[in-house]
Amino acid sequence: MTDMANHDATTTPRPRHPAVEAFEMFTRNLSAIVGLVLLMLIILGAFLGPMLYPTDPFEMVWAPFTPPGQEGFLLGTDYLGRDLLAALLNGARVTLLVGASAALLSVCIGVTVGALSGYYSGFVEEALMRVTEFFQVLPTLLFCMVIVALFGTSLHMIVLAIGVVSWTGVARIARSEVMRIKQLEYVLAARASGATHSQIILFTILPNAMPPIIVQATLMVGSAILFEASLSFLGLTDPNVVSWGQVIGANRQYILDSSFAVTIPGLAIFVTVLAISLIGDGLNDALNPKLRRR
Amino acid sequence: MNHLGTFLIRMGNAAVLLGSVLVLNFLLIHMAPGDVADTIAQSMGGADAEVMAQIRAEYRLDDPFLVQLTRYIGNVLRFDLGHSYFYNEPVTDLILRRLPATLLLVVTAQVLALLVGIILGVYSSRNPRGIFSHLITALSLFGFSAPVFWTGLLLLIALSLRLPLFPVAGMVDPTLDGGVWVRALDIAHHMVLPVLALSSIFLALYSRLSRASMMEVLESDYIRTAEAKGLGNTKVVYKHALKNAVSPVITLAGLQFSAVVSGAVVVETVFSWPGLGTLAFEAILARDTPTILGILFFSSLVVIVGNLLTDAAHRLVDPRLRRRG
Amino acid sequence: MTDPVLRIENLTVEIRTRTGVAPVIDDLSFRVDTGRTLALVGESGCGKSMTALAIMGLLPRGIGRIVRGSILLGAEDLATTSPARMRSIRGNEIGMIFQEPMTSLNPVYSVGEQISEVLRAHQGMGRKAAWSMAIELLDAVHIPNPSLRVSDYPFQMSGGQRQRVMIAIALACRPRVLIADEPTTALDVTVQAQIFDLLKDLQRDTGTAIILITHDMGAVTEMADEMIVMYAGRMAEAGPVEAVISRPRHPYTRGLISCVPHLGAIVDDDRPLLTEIPGIVPGLGQFGQDRCLFASRCELSDSHCRSARPAAYAITDGHSAACWQAGGAA
Repeated sequence: MTDMANHDATTTPRPRHPAVEAFEMFTRNLSAIVGLVLLMLIILGAFLGPMLYPTDPFEMVWAPFTPPGQEGFLLGTDYLGRDLLAALLNGARVTLLVGASAALLSVCIGVTVGALSGYYSGFVEEALMRVTEFFQVLPTLLFCMVIVALFGTSLHMIVLAIGVVSWTGVARIARSEVMRIKQLEYVLAARASGATHSQIILFTILPNAMPPIIVQATLMVGSAILFEASLSFLGLTDPNVVSWGQVIGANRQYILDSSFAVTIPGLAIFVTVLAISLIGDGLNDALNPKLRRR
Repeated sequence: MNHLGTFLIRMGNAAVLLGSVLVLNFLLIHMAPGDVADTIAQSMGGADAEVMAQIRAEYRLDDPFLVQLTRYIGNVLRFDLGHSYFYNEPVTDLILRRLPATLLLVVTAQVLALLVGIILGVYSSRNPRGIFSHLITALSLFGFSAPVFWTGLLLLIALSLRLPLFPVAGMVDPTLDGGVWVRALDIAHHMVLPVLALSSIFLALYSRLSRASMMEVLESDYIRTAEAKGLGNTKVVYKHALKNAVSPVITLAGLQFSAVVSGAVVVETVFSWPGLGTLAFEAILARDTPTILGILFFSSLVVIVGNLLTDAAHRLVDPRLRRRG
Repeated sequence: MTDPVLRIENLTVEIRTRTGVAPVIDDLSFRVDTGRTLALVGESGCGKSMTALAIMGLLPRGIGRIVRGSILLGAEDLATTSPARMRSIRGNEIGMIFQEPMTSLNPVYSVGEQISEVLRAHQGMGRKAAWSMAIELLDAVHIPNPSLRVSDYPFQMSGGQRQRVMIAIALACRPRVLIADEPTTALDVTVQAQIFDLLKDLQRDTGTAIILITHDMGAVTEMADEMIVMYAGRMAEAGPVEAVISRPRHPYTRGLISCVPHLGAIVDDDRPLLTEIPGIVPGLGQFGQDRCLFASRCELSDSHCRSARPAAYAITDGHSAACWQAGGAA
């Protein structure tokens, strides 16, 4: 009983920077750290792998359908006798780059639309909300397929297509954050001190709206990777570049002979997106002050 | 009268959205490199300038943009989405023949994911450290991270090739003889794997949200009131808590409709399900633009109708939406 | 008056905290008689609401539990009764109304449904009978146009109306005891008076005993016959309202009374200034210590107060105070 009394008296909270607190919270989250380590390994593999293992992923190197571990091929060969490990290492770069740049694009569009429609009322808000609603109604993947089919399958076009169809979620979050923050006292204070609308949005509101947007942006990278994988699985990708989805799409006719050529690249996509999801969840816990109190 | 007003506003809104999809469709045709004449010429194996001009005149491709747009929308209003050069039949017929299969897949997957997701969520919310709660966490991580075509292929390998429990592809067994029930059972049998693959993503989303929502609602004052009334546990959880907790799940389900349709496109290709997805895949490979755009139009229509239904469900559950209009 | 409907004896409730187990209710005893009102008074965190939850059998699962004492409803000990029996008592023989009328009603059901539900559960009424009874109850709590309002949803009603609906729910089965936990705190002053009048009228008609939980001394003088002042989970002073208010013996009670303008004037004329009690309620970690828990805030405290827990000191008939100084401080 007495030590409980002592405990009460000795805990005097020291104020710390919220970012420091969030960082500590994140590092204490085991699954988030696991995700981070996994993602680091995948990024290393993507950028160093092709140098350390210089086999050309398009070259026929051995008999088709060589199972993993045989004849010196760690992951085996595909239906054309191409080295799957080489395909995996080379495909990682495309997957990650397309995922990251498409996510960046969609976050940019989403934050812009969300911030403007949340900040302004009247015509601007109404118009932007209609546009958002419109993009919510389009079946995203189908629209992407149409764009890529009509305008070509270059990586740029794929990034553009994914970015253009997947920003509505970010916009929704940015909008609700901006609408919440614009009513707070410090925004009124900024307005009273004569700041322009763009100053208020860019320097007062957006920095404070960042936490949920950062979380969403992280998760967007994962979903953009899944998106790219679906497109390349369907064959709607640059035929001169290897990507994981493409390997699966090319080998899916032969799952009876060599299911590993389908399951292994799929596992790679799964692990990558899983790592990103774990990081996103960790960030969410760390940046969400409601949960931090627990 | 209020109800009628809201209904009209909603329908008007839906019509505007659908109109926008049409305009977008037309813009895409217009902006895409190569026009109908090129496509036809290609399918004829090349044509000289004179024939090309003839085709352009025939399809009135030289009319001003707005005239063409108006004609296009007018045609769509008469259910004319153009002619598929690849299949050589009207796009509308083509799509209407394939639409039921897609609807069956999409609706079943969505309903299954919602039902199971809510049940799992409710169950685990009452025991946040129990086995179901961990199951949901694992399930949602898988659902968020696994590419749907991979899930489909894994199911195919495991439950169709290794263990021949379910058919590999298609929707019906053409060799089968029998009445309505036999055929319905056959379709159901074919449906199991595609539906499982498609609903896995959404099951993850819905179960996670239901659990969070349920846990929040169970903490609320009116649940304490219900307990203070001396109601049984079942009444408190299923009558008082669930009806409140289900609201955000319905909202999410509405937002997911376009994702469900997108997922269906991939799942259909994996399982050769004869719906709009496989049609879109074939049409894109064949560069059959009218069919592709027709599918985009119809699937947007599916999403819009889905949203209207979600909205109706939401009103049914929450009286605050009903009365305010 | 001589027959207590509810008797609490030596009730001790412990809750689990991050640092250990703390007795949020520590050896509390009181009784309520038919047709009478008992007020539980104290600052927030002193165990008033916990007492209500303990009586209702609604202590937070896995966190709070009754470790000693009994809660006797007639001859039945609620502290040891089965959960199923407890369910048939809640809302039936003991009703409860809560502080927050805005959130205490379920937003997705009509008020009629929420009233008739309790009648169906306990009185075995059919849908139709329960519904028309709900209309009568709405009328009894003075909701105008009850036959129309019965199908309204909570969001269509004002705070005062919602609290009336809560009262209708709590009294639907004519309970022997009604627990009112800060029933008017969230309401406007004018509405507060109406709610108190309503409760008094209904008490006269039904003979229900009321346990009024409040921190508002004005509400106590208006409503209650007896009162218990609680501090840090323990009884500080108890007795008839008139006696406690006019001759408070516990320094804490005196402090509470002097916080209220017109009551302070009754206490002693030579202290016209409003005062506040210095310091704050002790943390849960200090609950249960063998000393007077008010000593750190008390200007009369001496070493005795800090070394042993004071027992209840009987002053006059029914009036007692748990204070080492109560004997001499009068």
